[in-house]
Amino acid sequence: MVKLDEIQKRLMQEVADLHSVPEGAYNFRANGELAGRQTTENIDIVSKSDVSGIDIRIKDGTRNESVHIPVVLSASGHKETVYNDFYVGENCDVLIVAGCGIDNCGTGDSEHDGVHRFFVGKGSKVKYVEKHYGSGEGTGKRILNPVTEVYMEENSTVEMEMVQIKGVDSTKRETKAELKAGARLVVRERLMTHGEQFAHSVYNVTLDGDGSSADVVSRSVARDKSYQKLDLCVLGNAACTGHTECDSIIMDEGRILALPALEANNVDAQLVHEAAIGKIAGEQLIKLMTLGLTEAEAEEQIINGFLK
Amino acid sequence: MLELKNISFAVEGAEIIDDLSLTVPDGRFVVITGPNGGGKSTIAKIIAGIEKPSSGKILLNGEDITDMSITDRAKSGIAFAFQQPVRFKGLNVFDLLRIAAGKRINVSEACEYLAEVGLCAKDYIDREVTASLSGGELKRIEIATVLARKASLCVFDEPEAGIDLWSFRNLTRIFENMRTEQTDRTIIIISHQERILNIADEIVVLADGKVKEQGTRDEIYPRLAGSELAAEPCRKLV
Repeated sequence: MVKLDEIQKRLMQEVADLHSVPEGAYNFRANGELAGRQTTENIDIVSKSDVSGIDIRIKDGTRNESVHIPVVLSASGHKETVYNDFYVGENCDVLIVAGCGIDNCGTGDSEHDGVHRFFVGKGSKVKYVEKHYGSGEGTGKRILNPVTEVYMEENSTVEMEMVQIKGVDSTKRETKAELKAGARLVVRERLMTHGEQFAHSVYNVTLDGDGSSADVVSRSVARDKSYQKLDLCVLGNAACTGHTECDSIIMDEGRILALPALEANNVDAQLVHEAAIGKIAGEQLIKLMTLGLTEAEAEEQIINGFLK
Repeated sequence: MLELKNISFAVEGAEIIDDLSLTVPDGRFVVITGPNGGGKSTIAKIIAGIEKPSSGKILLNGEDITDMSITDRAKSGIAFAFQQPVRFKGLNVFDLLRIAAGKRINVSEACEYLAEVGLCAKDYIDREVTASLSGGELKRIEIATVLARKASLCVFDEPEAGIDLWSFRNLTRIFENMRTEQTDRTIIIISHQERILNIADEIVVLADGKVKEQGTRDEIYPRLAGSELAAEPCRKLV
């Protein structure tokens, strides 16, 4: 087990708000090695034997417990693909905090591709928080390509908070969810790209059961010369409700392509999509300037609020 | 004291404000009224720095602020309430009040500003300033941000615009309270409304970009009462 250095500790704070060892179960990964693990009576974490990654098994009825599985990369040129599977029993109520921080001060590209699969049992409630962060002055790129798959049993609820607002040069985020009857998925994604960064975010949500619902909201900001592509697709195969919202601010020479898609295969599927792309409204800047902010401060407040 | 000296403002050759001069002494409650298109909102924006006059000078307490930015005017004590309150996705009412106050006020201080405009704070403090709020609620929050500024000069651009009669009656009460309780502030309201004209110290009638009449409420109001320039709420709002 490796000991975290100062850079890695800072990355831990950025991606998991961790200032010290958390309560409950955790698994810390640093530069491809295990840097700390704790299990609890109800939550077990086991390393996979065939590929890199872990299985997290949460017992039926586990409530008010948390699992932290942050990953940090500080070695330039390090590339890895990690497979983490979460088996959440029935009638649980748990918080799962993931996320990856890359600090690249060298010339080699650093890349972490995390494949997370969630198998959520009947009646369970999961809150999943995933933050991605990059730092470092090196010319090597910081690349993150997360894949998230969520399989939801009847009457389960998953709330996902996906945040990537700083320092990741290239990302392809793929999120797939399949919902059975009465299941509810809520996604709040916040993305900000700057410099020459590229981000592609894809959501494919399938509502298979009667009474299932999905609410997927992506808010993003593209600054400088960055580019974003957002694919949000909801498929309704039952008497279900789906809502997607893709709301973006472009600044400088930023570019965004939003591709909303809805597919209804059942007459009782109710699907709604909202999408908007635009620059910061001049009247918003003026309003905050009349409250005493400079134009730059007003812009910062608007962006911070938008991505909050 | 606010002094507008020979202000002109033109858009694409059309003179919106034409050599207008106006003095507003400290602590006065002044209502500017006049026909639509007469330049009322433009003059309010010129005072706040949102529009720049093509000629003329603006003095605040003797200091020339003509070339001052919106931000610097705000910092020198001018607050402005928009006719159509601006909406912000992601900023909630508390955020906006904190920005307006210019410091990290706590929730109970923010609640005081909301209470002053007749809103129950706990219902609004965490609400996003978006279309989820009604026109009347947005107007009151807009006024609360002006109150939080603690500015010496507050300019309100047609507070009655776009709200229902019930909300307007509540707004009128807010201005009546400001009139009686905050006598150290200079207040300029752009309005057609009889109820607001009726609480003014002074009324200015603006038409064709010029001051047509200026005087105390007792001098001006009787001549306006019942006309389009001093409408009863139901005539203008319904």
